[in-house]
Amino acid sequence: MSTILIIADHSRGALSVATRKAVRCAADFCADAVDILVLAEDGADVAAQAARLAGVRRVRHVDHPAHAHPMAATAAPHILAALEDGGYSHVLGTNTSFGKDVMPRVAALLGVAMLTDLMHVHGRYQFDRPTYAGNAVDTVVAPEDRVLVATVRAASFEPAAENGAAAIENFAVAAELPGHTRFVRAEEHDSERPDLGTAARVVTGGRGVGSEQNFGVIYDLADRIGAAVGASRAAVDAGYVPNDMQVGQTGKIIAPELYICFGISGAIQHLAGIKDAGTIVAVNKDADAPIFEIADYGLVGDLFEVIPALKRALS
Amino acid sequence: MAPAGTRDGQFNCETNMMKVLVCIKRAIDYNVHIRIADDGSGVITDGVKHSVNPFDEIALEQAIRWKEAGRVDEVVAVSIGAASCDDQLRTALAFGCDRAIRVEPGAAVAPLTAARVFAALADAEAPDIILMGKQAIDDDNGQTGQMTAALLGWPQATFASTIELGESAARVTREIDNGLETLDVDLPAVITADLRLNEPRYLKLPNIMKAKKKTIEQSSLEALGVTPDISLRVTRTTPPRVRRPGIMVDSPETLVSELKNKGLL
Repeated sequence: MSTILIIADHSRGALSVATRKAVRCAADFCADAVDILVLAEDGADVAAQAARLAGVRRVRHVDHPAHAHPMAATAAPHILAALEDGGYSHVLGTNTSFGKDVMPRVAALLGVAMLTDLMHVHGRYQFDRPTYAGNAVDTVVAPEDRVLVATVRAASFEPAAENGAAAIENFAVAAELPGHTRFVRAEEHDSERPDLGTAARVVTGGRGVGSEQNFGVIYDLADRIGAAVGASRAAVDAGYVPNDMQVGQTGKIIAPELYICFGISGAIQHLAGIKDAGTIVAVNKDADAPIFEIADYGLVGDLFEVIPALKRALS
Repeated sequence: MAPAGTRDGQFNCETNMMKVLVCIKRAIDYNVHIRIADDGSGVITDGVKHSVNPFDEIALEQAIRWKEAGRVDEVVAVSIGAASCDDQLRTALAFGCDRAIRVEPGAAVAPLTAARVFAALADAEAPDIILMGKQAIDDDNGQTGQMTAALLGWPQATFASTIELGESAARVTREIDNGLETLDVDLPAVITADLRLNEPRYLKLPNIMKAKKKTIEQSSLEALGVTPDISLRVTRTTPPRVRRPGIMVDSPETLVSELKNKGLL
């Protein structure tokens, strides 16, 4: 019998797509029950979103001022309390910055090992996970006699459907929270565009874009097709765009249905971040760019001529 | 304005000298194309260039910058692994670390084992900060820093892009999914370095030569009273799915019609 607790990832009152994908991953376990834990200052709204996910039995929300800005130090004690109360066999987090931060803390407090980035479920205690930036895949067997702690690699799963109706309950916990970690501020990049980590369509630019101003053409095309915008490390290092737009081994690993890149040569570090994309389209002036070796569609040309032509062809 | 729980000016004072423990891992160099053994037994490491895990090198650079700025008076590097790890510890000494400790594990090292080792060393060495990379580029686990903090009951600040040292706390800006987040953590604390914390220096030959003569302290799991975690078993290592080469199109118009035909636009 396996019962799974999923730690919800959410921001600004919205449940993340990564959480929906973790729920879908849990369905592959032949789980008897899947519950979701929402930690928030006021979690009723996020809990309602979580309760709609197909396959979920119960959503519990812990409302506490400390969870206004989720931090591992204060989230972990409440996750432990929920685990103890629910008697779960598995606890899954997302591979978002919150999940990556908190889940190892939870595992160590439980005294158990952890699996990072589940990408395939063979069975309740047997999984695949990527190593070496996705250049190798390990099949890992975990012991059945202890709680299994893991994060789920969003790029490897579809989001759960939203046709469920799980029970929602407010979970009052007494666990004491440490005061040694204090939130100061967040500088989130405001954007009307889809989230880069989970968007179905992504448009990126590389050093070939040439400047911060020139990146405007990338944004234009992305907005035209409802895509998120990303960049290669070279473009980030050149200062064209902020760090959190970086796609690749040391940035975000993404798996959109459609990935279109302009002026990106295709360094290994970048390819590691996009190899699970559905369809890869590459536009580059250099016909010998390595990106063309993995692209489904390649077009040799100047991006400043190609992008306007693409926009015309789209209309 | 000072945030709640801290005092004005706390992050610029220059009184208290600190001790930093920097954890470094020997990993296959990031420029190497890894090869996977045909029998699925793992990634081939024999005869392959190894280096300090790049994120740990950033942690190392940070600790040395604090030392050079007079904020830290002792930097101790520690690595867990076989005698070959001495190479990476000598790199740490060439950076300017005061001491280096190698912990002999006797077997493969899981993140929980590493965390137990660092926690045991924290008890013995009493550092103000344990600093390491946010993840190693070989196993890509990204767990050890958080686990170390948990075992010690210390605060953690992962994915750090800037760190300001105060008298009894550190203000850390973290790289999160949609931007930056700043936290205050009381010391002692575990901090893990992200890519943009700094750019590590190039080592000078005289420093490398001097480091060769320094002693590397030896320890072991037994000596530290650490039980290794061997609960996860890797049964097979395989290459990822390979993408098949696609087609070249001759115009933006063809590209758009191809994508429309596939239902992608």
